[in-house]
Amino acid sequence: MAVITDFALQGAQMLLVLLMAPLLTGLVRKMKARLLSRQGPPLLQPYRDLLRLMRKDAVLADNASWLFRVIPYLVFAATWVAASLVPTFRSGLLFSWTADLIAIIAVLGSARFFLALAGLDAGTSFGGIGSSREVMISSLAEPAMLMIVFAIALIAGSTQLSTMAAFMNSAEVGLRVSLGLALIALTIVAVAENARIPVDNPATHLELTMVHEAMVLEYSGRHLALIELAASLKLLLYISLIACLFAPWGISPAIIAPLPILIGVAAYIGKLTVLGALLALFETSIAKMRVFRVPEFLGAALMLALLATLLRFVSGSF
Amino acid sequence: MTLSHETVNVDGWLEAGDRLAGGSLTLLGLWADPPNVKMAMLDEASGDINIITYACRHGQYPAVGVKHPPAIRLERAIRDLHKLDAIGASDTRPWLKHTAPPYEFLAAEGEALHQIAVGPVHAGIIEPGHFRFTANGEFLVRLEARLGYVHRGIEASMVGVTLDRAAMFAARGSGDSTVAYGLAFALAAETALGIAAPRRAIYLRALMAELERLANHFGDIGAICNDASFSLMHAQCGILRELTLRAAEACFSHRLMMDLIVPGGVARDINEDGVAQLRALLAEVRRVFPHLTELYDNTASLQDRTVTTGSVKPEYARQFGAGGFVGRASGRDFDARRRPGYAPYDALKFDVPVLTAGDVNARVWIRIREVEQSLALVEQILAALPQGDLRIDLPSRGGDGLALAEAFRGDVLVWLRLADDGSVARCHLRDASWFQWPLLETAVEGNIVADFPLCNKSFNCSYAGHDL
Repeated sequence: MAVITDFALQGAQMLLVLLMAPLLTGLVRKMKARLLSRQGPPLLQPYRDLLRLMRKDAVLADNASWLFRVIPYLVFAATWVAASLVPTFRSGLLFSWTADLIAIIAVLGSARFFLALAGLDAGTSFGGIGSSREVMISSLAEPAMLMIVFAIALIAGSTQLSTMAAFMNSAEVGLRVSLGLALIALTIVAVAENARIPVDNPATHLELTMVHEAMVLEYSGRHLALIELAASLKLLLYISLIACLFAPWGISPAIIAPLPILIGVAAYIGKLTVLGALLALFETSIAKMRVFRVPEFLGAALMLALLATLLRFVSGSF
Repeated sequence: MTLSHETVNVDGWLEAGDRLAGGSLTLLGLWADPPNVKMAMLDEASGDINIITYACRHGQYPAVGVKHPPAIRLERAIRDLHKLDAIGASDTRPWLKHTAPPYEFLAAEGEALHQIAVGPVHAGIIEPGHFRFTANGEFLVRLEARLGYVHRGIEASMVGVTLDRAAMFAARGSGDSTVAYGLAFALAAETALGIAAPRRAIYLRALMAELERLANHFGDIGAICNDASFSLMHAQCGILRELTLRAAEACFSHRLMMDLIVPGGVARDINEDGVAQLRALLAEVRRVFPHLTELYDNTASLQDRTVTTGSVKPEYARQFGAGGFVGRASGRDFDARRRPGYAPYDALKFDVPVLTAGDVNARVWIRIREVEQSLALVEQILAALPQGDLRIDLPSRGGDGLALAEAFRGDVLVWLRLADDGSVARCHLRDASWFQWPLLETAVEGNIVADFPLCNKSFNCSYAGHDL
């Protein structure tokens, strides 16, 4: 019986992230539009877009290899798995022993590696530009992300997300400078990883300025749908990660009771809304930076994370 | 200003080329009126315009472009359209004609260089043009534009039709500058016929021209910021542009004011209730626009993108005779409304802003300052709007005339020759973009690939007006 419930809860988590991801994207778009005095598309528009793309034929470049066709599924699967591992409404799920932060980064890293290959595969100049820019950004974002993991793991004593979340929710954690630095660093990395302004613009039509969009420019139909869904999932993942590590309130403990789970789901939706709104506000108030400013931006994240780790070494109370 | 005509021989033609290359005259236009070629040159100090005519021998004339590069593309276009060859030209590739064998782009060689081909179909809904970049990683070493995709044969269509119909063709030269095109055509036709439009019509024309300038500048300022992904400015400027267009519709029953300026006057009067809406527009813009200017100036992330990006050297702006914000942002103090000048601007007070930085930021600031000037001009025009006729009848006689009108992006030149029955025998339209496109190619050098859209938008050259 317990096994069935565990499976059901883990399944619910997987379905929840999959179903919520387009809604979060729609919410951020809607809020950005409202901030710009526009009506904006309906909240459910991303679902409609995905359905529309699913129904369309996929157009493939003549010289695209089998890799090009496989990669959308790979990227989607990897991102979905990663997103399902982050505790959202309940900790201690069936697979939570695999929910190691370093493992999640590795899964996302492989997804990106394949996407960059797909960008190069069709041999167009935009795909090449996009892949080279994406790899430049990720080569800076990933070390920063690992450094953030170390900083938090040193405090929480684990890289396992359920344990980290439980620790963060306890009175033990207190106010720590190093956690503040890690939060800022994680936010910067999240912005860069999700191709948001000021690093990239998800809504641009200017092919020469694109990073992520240029890489996937050759995709269409169901392939594009999977990649768009993966992008939405990734945004949800990072927001969930920030919520789980720095605002773990309301996450249901690993007991089987309906009320804590309901509270957990409600708290999770509330956190997504608030963080999504903050993202929309931030994106509206800033212009995109030059491509060569991105290393400085991500360098700041790396330095902050490094500082957080060092502070922790200097004194246990930081 | 005085307009002089001269027919020259080979020596006179070459001497004119030398004077252009020497910088004492500015090239305004070079076009064919087969079997002749004509060149209009401006003396910037006095505002005098001299048109020289050279009768081609065996379909050939001496190239001006070898000494004076701004003429190169004009000569290539003349060969494509009229089969008149520039002898001694350094660049003999076609320009507007796309049926020839594969186009050879200029080479840039180096180990790490690679080419990026963009267009003519773009990811956004914009006009078609092909850009060939040669880049070293992210850094641009050369850009070459390939235009002509929207050549519609407007000049050929105007031959043999009545002036009124030709005016409609002219107004479709470049849709965003339809008022300026209509105005330049009407002025040229009136010069050719030796008549002048009634005073009320002259003021109404200026009102339309300033409304068009306002709408386009609002659109541009927002679009430039949007290319730096700062969509807040885009949204706010979009609102102002829309209000301007609605005021134009209330005044003249057409948002873009197309076909309202006709040779001999204007086609319709201003609607009475439109004036109230126009005054409301002025008040609203004066209330909102300073805040937007401040927002632009105080957003560090935006300034980081526009300052020092895409600089046009002042000597290039002068050599190419670049008009509009491209020239004025690079120190070229030229505005066709003031010199050579046309009515009613001689009776109105306005400044022509000039900056020297030449970067994207400077081109934005020229637009911001011009918005302020246009607001003041609209007020003055409303206050001084005389009563009277809207249009006079056109005599049916021959003649030729040239006129410059200041569109939002620079001076539009129209030259036309009328047959004895009053129909158009030959008409030439020259958009300011002819001398701005080549400068875009110089402006992006040393910039990064991702900054090209920003540079391009700050130029906002016309494809349609160039290709005609």
